[in-house]
Amino acid sequence: MIRRLDNRALIVCALIVVTIVLGQFGRDLSKALDMRWLVKFPSAWVVSFKDPISAGIKWLVEEAAIGPVSFTDVTRAIAWMIEQPYELLLNLLSKGFTSGQGSAEVTLLPAVSWIVVTTAVVAFGKYCRDWGLAALVGACFLYLAIFGQWDSAMVTLASVMIAVPIGAGGGLMIGIWAYRHPVGERLLSPVLDLMQTIPIFAYLVPILFMFGFGPVSALVATIIYATPPMVRITIMALKAVDPEIVDFGRMVGTTERQLMWRVLVPSASHSLMVGVNQVIMLTLNMVIIASMIGAGGLGFDVLAALRRLDIGAGFEAGIAIVVLAIAVDRLSQAFAERMGQITPPVHGQSWVTRHKRTTLVVVLLGLTWVLGRFAPALLDYPDSHTLTTGHFWDDVVKYLNVNYFDTFEAVKVFFLQYFMLPIKRTLLGIPWPWAIAMLTLLGWRAGGWRLALLCGGLSGLIAITGLWAKAMVTVYLCGASVILATVIGVPLGVLAALNRRAGTAIGLLIDTLQTLPSFVYLIPVVMLFRVGDFTAMIAIVLYALAPAVRYAAHGIRNVSSDLIEAGIVSGCTPRQLLRLVRMPLALPEILLGINQTIMLALSMLVITALVGTRDLGQEVYIALTKADTGRGLVAGLAIAFIAIIADRLVNAGARGARIRFGLES
Amino acid sequence: MLKLNTLGALALSAITASAGWAAESSDPIRLTLHDWSGQLINTKIMGSILQEAGYNVEYVQADYIAQFAGLKTGDLHLAMEIWETTGREALDEATATGNVVNVGETGLMAIEEWWYPSYMKERCPGLPNWEALKDCAEEFATAETAPNGRYVGGPVTWGGFDDERVEALELDFEVVHAGTDAALFAELESAYQRQDPVILWVYVPHWAPAKYEGEFVEFPPYTPECYSDPSVGVNPDMAYDCGKPRGPIWKAAWSGLKDKWPGAYDIIEDYRLSNEEMSAMVGEADLDGVEIDTVVANWMTENKDRWSGWVNQ
Repeated sequence: MIRRLDNRALIVCALIVVTIVLGQFGRDLSKALDMRWLVKFPSAWVVSFKDPISAGIKWLVEEAAIGPVSFTDVTRAIAWMIEQPYELLLNLLSKGFTSGQGSAEVTLLPAVSWIVVTTAVVAFGKYCRDWGLAALVGACFLYLAIFGQWDSAMVTLASVMIAVPIGAGGGLMIGIWAYRHPVGERLLSPVLDLMQTIPIFAYLVPILFMFGFGPVSALVATIIYATPPMVRITIMALKAVDPEIVDFGRMVGTTERQLMWRVLVPSASHSLMVGVNQVIMLTLNMVIIASMIGAGGLGFDVLAALRRLDIGAGFEAGIAIVVLAIAVDRLSQAFAERMGQITPPVHGQSWVTRHKRTTLVVVLLGLTWVLGRFAPALLDYPDSHTLTTGHFWDDVVKYLNVNYFDTFEAVKVFFLQYFMLPIKRTLLGIPWPWAIAMLTLLGWRAGGWRLALLCGGLSGLIAITGLWAKAMVTVYLCGASVILATVIGVPLGVLAALNRRAGTAIGLLIDTLQTLPSFVYLIPVVMLFRVGDFTAMIAIVLYALAPAVRYAAHGIRNVSSDLIEAGIVSGCTPRQLLRLVRMPLALPEILLGINQTIMLALSMLVITALVGTRDLGQEVYIALTKADTGRGLVAGLAIAFIAIIADRLVNAGARGARIRFGLES
Repeated sequence: MLKLNTLGALALSAITASAGWAAESSDPIRLTLHDWSGQLINTKIMGSILQEAGYNVEYVQADYIAQFAGLKTGDLHLAMEIWETTGREALDEATATGNVVNVGETGLMAIEEWWYPSYMKERCPGLPNWEALKDCAEEFATAETAPNGRYVGGPVTWGGFDDERVEALELDFEVVHAGTDAALFAELESAYQRQDPVILWVYVPHWAPAKYEGEFVEFPPYTPECYSDPSVGVNPDMAYDCGKPRGPIWKAAWSGLKDKWPGAYDIIEDYRLSNEEMSAMVGEADLDGVEIDTVVANWMTENKDRWSGWVNQ
């Protein structure tokens, strides 16, 4: 038995060594053997998928119809349905209600005053939890007013208030459906993968055709991107509900519907809120890209500021997005908690005494509308009182740039020479047939012949679309970033789990990094490190760090206290406790965190294309600017395939680890 | 008497004008906004003129290329800045479908070329003549590109044939593509702060030439043959041995605009601005921090005669 294991380990080692050696010398070898096709996929073998895909989309948009109702009619109807509540909210929060158009426009009712909105969120915070929360959200909204971000923030808020309920509600429904029908889950899984990993630029053009130009298309794109985590978490949370609770529900004679809504969903509500949190974060993540196709708001402010290199203004608008995310997220969590509790109804008092806060807000609303005619400051925060820290940030970047550029340059050159370029050279040197064979073998070892087939098939598809070299650059850029993100993120997560105060600080940092649009720090990073792969890697690491930290912290915290007690009793020092008990038991969770890190790294590719990388992200971007739907989708699918291969392999690995530690049979 | 007459004429013209509007649709004309100030100013001036002429106008945020999808379906109606240099391909593709029309030039001319800050002239005295670059490529080198010079080109999507140009003119330069406009000028800002060597793709109308002192490199002037025929130009064996083409910035509209708002279409056709005007306005907005709406309002009051002429034709 031991001998066999040794043999196996030997074979694995040998294969790894062969792969690396091939990577180093593959190029020369193929030249010597006169078999250039080994390294460079011959263009004569490339199967063109892009033209049929372009034609298919064209047909769908222009001709597809069931009877007299064409496909675009249906999508336009959906767009109309989303547009109505959105317009209402937008008018309420930002534009005001008007009648007539153009010069004949008459304002019937101005938008809700900043004072009223701030009071309302403070009151809502108090209602949901306590004064602490109220103060936090109040401060968030005051920031928006004082820093002159109010108008844009309200436009963004309106789109968030539409996208999040649709994403979270829709995700919940789909999740429940998949929970009830196991076949559904299996069908859904690849669809969710594609929704999450195909870069949005790849399907932007068809979406614009289907849903029309403007905020609705941006909303649809946002919903497509933000819903999958909700579906996944719903399925997982429902499965994790204690079977005894379900049995109990059955025993008292619930119908299927009652069992779902009165037993399962409430029991899983805690996990479900994690999903809602993800939807909110991802929605705000999309703000920049959504603003490119007509959503406007804060995302547009960031883009416009950076185009005129106004780093300070871009930063302030970026922070406004973070602040908005924090306020919306905390409020929605507290609200869900509040809904979970049962509050006895109060009788015998007048409506006004029972609803003091609502009354206050309504009275204020009326007052500002009436008095706002005479004192505009009651409606719009006065421009003369806005603050800005813009110049401070410009000066910070300038100071760093002028004084420390050489240091930055040295760091960059070091990383490039000893870390990034070797990885790149090796990956590009490995002959593609060998790489496909290795992936198939890896799949077979990790998860049997099904996974082997999947890995081999998908990587083969990437090769025959002729995107192999660009795919390898993608793998290199993401791989290097994921390694760095793991090296930084896992220790941070462990620290956050073991030390409460550090945990709070790290949590805030992670939330900020995930919602602060990467564009905001991308431009200063370009100024300090120039355009290139290193800059792209920094952006990816900063963005993809979050799950590595979160999952590691979660895994460490969730190690059962019995096992830790057992460790202490048998005389472990804290260090041994961490190394021998906590870390191994948290390994499956950490692996899942790395899995998510890979996903986020891949989703950043489109952004890094903006600093001039030469990978699949760039391919998608070129396709977008040439309005070449097929080319964009093919490149987008290649990214999705890489993501799926990585996801399946890591998941299989995590399952193996759990089985080894007896956490799963 | 004279006064009365003019008043009467004004009233009359107002009546005929309003009769004219009645025939046209009161639906808003949708103009697209992008994310650079010049385009915003250009579009908002056009929008203000249309409003003065009695049309309803709506501004829609849209991506430069993705907007063609909207122009084809009629979701969007007018795009004010399609650059010959970067948008021609998309524009031609769109006009070929018959759903989009080219409404002619805006009067703005796009110039795109290699550009360097003035302090580089001391280090490379032969500039702006392109042949000087042959001798002082090393001045522009960085650790990654040495001994070759480093030239920061525009995003790949802008085209520009810089890789080919470097080869054809036998310049010892490596072309590094910035992914976006913002990244491109971040490189310039960074180098300018340190007074370090830099040479990059700059275009006008833009605020950069107003903020930084510098010049365009003078390459052999562009001719269509230079791009298509290898034997033409400095290098007898290769094409692209000349500078970049310069060209107008076009107005593009949904083809239905002409039928739905014929009067507006005429105004749009007449609309012209000049590079100098535009550069001054972009500078005001981006460098002095004046609000775009203020810049537009100023132009409208200063140029009342000009735009009234377009409206009243």
